[in-house]
Amino acid sequence: MCLAVPGEVLTIDESDPLLRQARVSFGGVVREVSLATLPEAQPGDFVLVHAGVGISVVDADEAAQLLEDLEQLAELESLEDGGA
Amino acid sequence: HRDVITMAHGGGGSLMHRLIEQVFMAGFSNPALEERHDAARLQVGSGAVAFTTDSYVIQPLIFPGGDIGSLAVHGTVNDLAMAGARPLYLSAGFILEEGLPVELLTQIVRSMRAAADAAGVQLVTGDTKVINRRGNHGVASGGDGMFINTAGIGLIEHNLTIGPRQVHPRDCIVVNGDLGRHGIAVMAVREGIEFETAILSDSAPVAAAVLDLIAAGVAVHCLRDLTRGGLVSAANEIAECSGFSARLDEAAIPVREDVRGACELLGFDPLYVANEGRFIAYVPPEHVEKALDVLRAHARDTRPAMIGTVTDEKPVRVTLDSRIGAPRILDRLSGEQLPRIC
Amino acid sequence: MKYVDEYRDQRAARTLADAIRRTVTRPWTLMEVCGGQTHGIVKFGIDTLLPDGVRLVHGPGCPVCVTPVELIDKAVALAQRPEAILCTFGDMMRVPGSAHDLLSVKAQGGDVRMVYSPLDAVTIARKNPDRSVVFFAVGFETTAPANALAVRQAARDNLGNFSILSAHVLVPPAMRAILSAEDCAVNGFLAAGHVCTVMGYREYEPIAQEFRTPIVVTGFEPVDILQGILLCVRQLEQGRATVANQYRRSVTREGNAAAQALIHEIFQASPRKWRGLGEIPDSGLALRPEYAAFDAEQRFGLAHLAAEESTRCISGDILRGLKRPNECPAFAVDCDPEHPLGAPMVSSEGACAAYYRYRRDEQPSAQVKG
Repeated sequence: MCLAVPGEVLTIDESDPLLRQARVSFGGVVREVSLATLPEAQPGDFVLVHAGVGISVVDADEAAQLLEDLEQLAELESLEDGGA
Repeated sequence: HRDVITMAHGGGGSLMHRLIEQVFMAGFSNPALEERHDAARLQVGSGAVAFTTDSYVIQPLIFPGGDIGSLAVHGTVNDLAMAGARPLYLSAGFILEEGLPVELLTQIVRSMRAAADAAGVQLVTGDTKVINRRGNHGVASGGDGMFINTAGIGLIEHNLTIGPRQVHPRDCIVVNGDLGRHGIAVMAVREGIEFETAILSDSAPVAAAVLDLIAAGVAVHCLRDLTRGGLVSAANEIAECSGFSARLDEAAIPVREDVRGACELLGFDPLYVANEGRFIAYVPPEHVEKALDVLRAHARDTRPAMIGTVTDEKPVRVTLDSRIGAPRILDRLSGEQLPRIC
Repeated sequence: MKYVDEYRDQRAARTLADAIRRTVTRPWTLMEVCGGQTHGIVKFGIDTLLPDGVRLVHGPGCPVCVTPVELIDKAVALAQRPEAILCTFGDMMRVPGSAHDLLSVKAQGGDVRMVYSPLDAVTIARKNPDRSVVFFAVGFETTAPANALAVRQAARDNLGNFSILSAHVLVPPAMRAILSAEDCAVNGFLAAGHVCTVMGYREYEPIAQEFRTPIVVTGFEPVDILQGILLCVRQLEQGRATVANQYRRSVTREGNAAAQALIHEIFQASPRKWRGLGEIPDSGLALRPEYAAFDAEQRFGLAHLAAEESTRCISGDILRGLKRPNECPAFAVDCDPEHPLGAPMVSSEGACAAYYRYRRDEQPSAQVKG
């Protein structure tokens, strides 16, 4: 139920609003995906795609925040064990 | 339920392995076969000869980067190369299905001829049979199918013994390029995935590279091409036959970014995906640099790499140090990888 | 790949593993709900980085593991109809029914096709007007929008030859069933990130409170899983039990409103049998009456077809973390990946398959590199 992969929205075909078919690139692999349940998604956004349908727009700020939290944790950890 | 052959038996995994061992090896067992190598090594008069056979049943018949014809030539030549032989002659048995357009057959034969010329081999004998049209259950083409069985003969001009039993615990494992292109190129046609930069099958002859390795004095202990079941099946076969474990490093294994993208999308692991122009060589550590130099000279748009080492860890198995540095066992799948959602 | 490779970083994984080791003072059993998380744990060897005190139990969140034998038999029956094309995700091909699996039905001539998306099945229906195309609609809330969209598209384009065999299931009712059993061994949950991407995590808050169990909404990459474990053991060590969101780049508390509306328009809650857990009220999704025309069970009269689970398979105890696979008498005897007795041995990351591969003899040597 859970294999969802982030891809970059290249183009969106708005001619059929029910499907909102888009071409999405996954590391250079392009596949037709429906953005029917992501009305706010635009070309250039990264979307999470599962079974051919977009289920969320990736939140770039939160994505970066997680990496920063880890940096701080790494510094904390290295202090705790004497900077080994 | 009674055991029937299923697609899973064709996937290069443990079901195929068990079928080979329990049905074919049991049925035909003899010393040359027991080597379980890509090509049998035979003494014919005073000369040593390599002899191999293979069948090609690929769907679709034409795929990005090749077709069933060029694939048949490359696959047979590569099996001979795995014995360090110079490929010389091929045979081809065609099984044609009612309804196959002659024009398509002509195109495939033309492509076979071009591949044979490029690999420096001649197709010297052939046969043709026709079968009636099968239903098209699940088979995209349905009705215009064809199958090719080949055999190949090559001359062994070196005096190395190349095979799993020559593998040493300190050996390094070298691969001649990035993995997964063939399996993904074919699957993409079936799954309707296109690529910004086309992923072409890596189908290509590797005999020249192998012969250069030997000519450069690299002590090649074992060779194995990475076809059905990918790197994991080949590494497991060699580990089993040699009696030594192998430890691979995921970060060192080259996989193209778009091949990885397709694998993430379909839920595949690239280490299990089929290749048609890739092989692994087991060489002593002191010969790794020389081996990589030789392979780089033959690598057009890819880069060879050292991807692991042989160890004497027991029980015998293949393990992988994952990208995050934690170990896991690389077991054979029972059948073929299937696109998955979970 | 963007938003993937960054979360497979060795240094970050080591940092989190050390933090977990430093935090844990007593043994804890955590359940990762989703099969995709199990796959990540097994694929990257995450369990070898954890201190012995943290035990991970594979949860019920994989359609292969929980789809009852009855529904496999219905899919097999459909695939055996000459006029039918049975489309399915690859995951379901080797799940054992009472007599056959879909792979052997295909081998005997049944037209069974693997698709990447339910929308591909609608395309197949449009291209084969004289055939009955049935999509085996398994999956959790993550897959519900795609299945709902397929039905709505078929309705709009009035494709009378398309229908779905709905085998949809929902996570919260299953989580409640696992926690309600008095012998429940699970102390904390890693909730399925992509289910919550669609549904949000508000519906888990009453569960955490009622059962005093921490629930951390967790992603699928190694760094996500390790951070999810860290957040969960921290709560356990501090005696807290709340819902925390580790997977913030994809999940919000409210989830995807458009997807929820689409699901609500096509499906309604229904009782559902789970392989190994029995029937759980309101734990499934069935087509609403106005879309009954697209219900393959009604169209082909399959409602009566019943089947009992194999009594020899203890997948229920495995799914609830009460037993380990090697405590099952059939394990690696007459149940192995080539002849699976039950679903947890079929899926390559089902608990029994993972155990068969790794712990059949002993744990791989866990010397971590560098």
